[in-house]
Amino acid sequence: MTTSPSPGALATRGPHAFGRALRALFARPGSAIGTSLVAGFLLLAAVGPLIAPYGANEQVFAEARQPPSLARPFGTDHLGRDVFSRVLLGARDIVSVAGLGSLVAVVLGAAAGLLTSYLGGLVEELTFRFFDALLAMPALLLALLLLGMLGPSRANVLIVLTLAYVPIVARVVRSVVLDVKSKDYVAAARMQGEPLPAVLLRDVLPAVLPALAVEAALRFSYAIFLVASLGFLGAGVQPPSPDWGLMIREARTFASLTPWALAAPAVAISVLVVAVNLMAEGLARALQVTRGVR
Amino acid sequence: MTRFLARRLGYLLVTLLVTSLLIFLITQLLPGDVARVILGREASEPALQALRERLGLTRPAPVQYLTWLVAFLRGDWGTSFATEQAIRPLVLERLGNSLMLAGLTLAIAVPLAIALGVAAALRAGRWPDAVISVASLAVVGLPEFVTGLVLIEVFAFRLRWLPANASIAPEAGFLEALPMLILPALTATLVLLAYIARLTRASVLEELGRAYVRTAVLKGLPPRVVLVRHVLRNALLPTVTVVAISVGWLISGLIVVENVFNYPGLGRLLTFAIDRRDVPLLQAISLVAVLAFALANLVADVLYAVLNPRIRLG
Repeated sequence: MTTSPSPGALATRGPHAFGRALRALFARPGSAIGTSLVAGFLLLAAVGPLIAPYGANEQVFAEARQPPSLARPFGTDHLGRDVFSRVLLGARDIVSVAGLGSLVAVVLGAAAGLLTSYLGGLVEELTFRFFDALLAMPALLLALLLLGMLGPSRANVLIVLTLAYVPIVARVVRSVVLDVKSKDYVAAARMQGEPLPAVLLRDVLPAVLPALAVEAALRFSYAIFLVASLGFLGAGVQPPSPDWGLMIREARTFASLTPWALAAPAVAISVLVVAVNLMAEGLARALQVTRGVR
Repeated sequence: MTRFLARRLGYLLVTLLVTSLLIFLITQLLPGDVARVILGREASEPALQALRERLGLTRPAPVQYLTWLVAFLRGDWGTSFATEQAIRPLVLERLGNSLMLAGLTLAIAVPLAIALGVAAALRAGRWPDAVISVASLAVVGLPEFVTGLVLIEVFAFRLRWLPANASIAPEAGFLEALPMLILPALTATLVLLAYIARLTRASVLEELGRAYVRTAVLKGLPPRVVLVRHVLRNALLPTVTVVAISVGWLISGLIVVENVFNYPGLGRLLTFAIDRRDVPLLQAISLVAVLAFALANLVADVLYAVLNPRIRLG
């Protein structure tokens, strides 16, 4: 039942594949910094609630509008909430929503891309026409429409991310599958009488994995961007949640009084997105995935 | 060329049709009872029923969709719930404003991005390339509402060069509006700049490695001529496509930018319509935005085919 592995399979399989990928990620300063920062943010998201000195909505009116100090590293906002704690707790929000959303989109998109493009014919044509129609709507427009009509909630933000990104992931996967489909080792596997799911999972999927890993990192970065934008526009997670975009929206009104309440979440979003981008770039380089024009 | 055009147009129409169906599904079917979404939880049953009648929600869904689409195509876009105004003049006026901002943005972003991309490619691997690459990666990561707020802080509040608010008057001409347009346009530019510059760099680098470039250099053509007449002609082909794709980003970006600067464009109108649950207004804005995006893609496809005979004939 063994078939000759594709070049992609060589890069992603084997006992030391994970270690090799990690070493490649840390080989260049840019992607090393990016990957470390992303790991740092993930850690903060995990332990944030344990180390945050105050609750997200704990108000101390007597200490409202305090500039940053030792006791209040990022100061307090107009309601006397601790900005440092809110940024920390918001990290979990954005990482989990954007992470989960892009994960679901990558899994579903990969499944749709693999299956339909392998089957080809009418199924593929119809699926991708539908995806084209979804992509004909700019992502933020689609997101705002859906959230406006369904009502803003975390679950609906997840639905939005999935709908916006499944077509993009599916397209990326399809481009690789179309390339691999005609290769001898896939034809050989089929002629050996392997059932379709086995061919897809064992022979086609490994070739797709490098491009998929890079796409997943990119989706994560766009998802953070989108979730934060929705928060800023007031269409995503609702107050008083410590969502970074929402924090910026609320702090804007008091920008001259509490500039630190505006700066802290803005810097946090920027650093996180840049870090994820650097990591994605490093991943693409390490796995030798070139991204064409989408 | 005619066949190519016909095929692209047909494709465009099918996509638009499916997208319009999607917009209809999201705005009119998905919420269950649209009347309740619009009027809220406390609305009385007679009021709900009256609104359902007015919106035609009592009819079967396919009939609703067709009436809605046909009415839109005939120019009857309905009345806004929130403002009681006719929707078409309102949306078209805001569309004009958004196009003005988008045009200025593209006019700044595209030449600048190409210049940066070419400069980086010509010095590939040396410090200018590294600076441009790292800077563009960083800029890509900054959401528009962050860069916009930084620009406002620096140029409007600290230096006092430009206004922070871009709520231009409806009768203002381009020149009058220009000072107010600069900061929003710069904010939107930053998002596009990095993306176009990175792709330009990649395609220039690819062309520089080709044999015909070596031939041109070896036969003694001045570097400038090689670059302009040979390399750029081929390298900028993908850029055409990229600019069209970035129109999609530009639309998303403008929604945010217009809200940051309170600019009276389609994006600001969209968030207004969402806040007020103004379904007919939402539908009209979505259709117009999708149409604009589709047309941009069509123009890019045609331009690409005009510039590249291989596509047109293949």
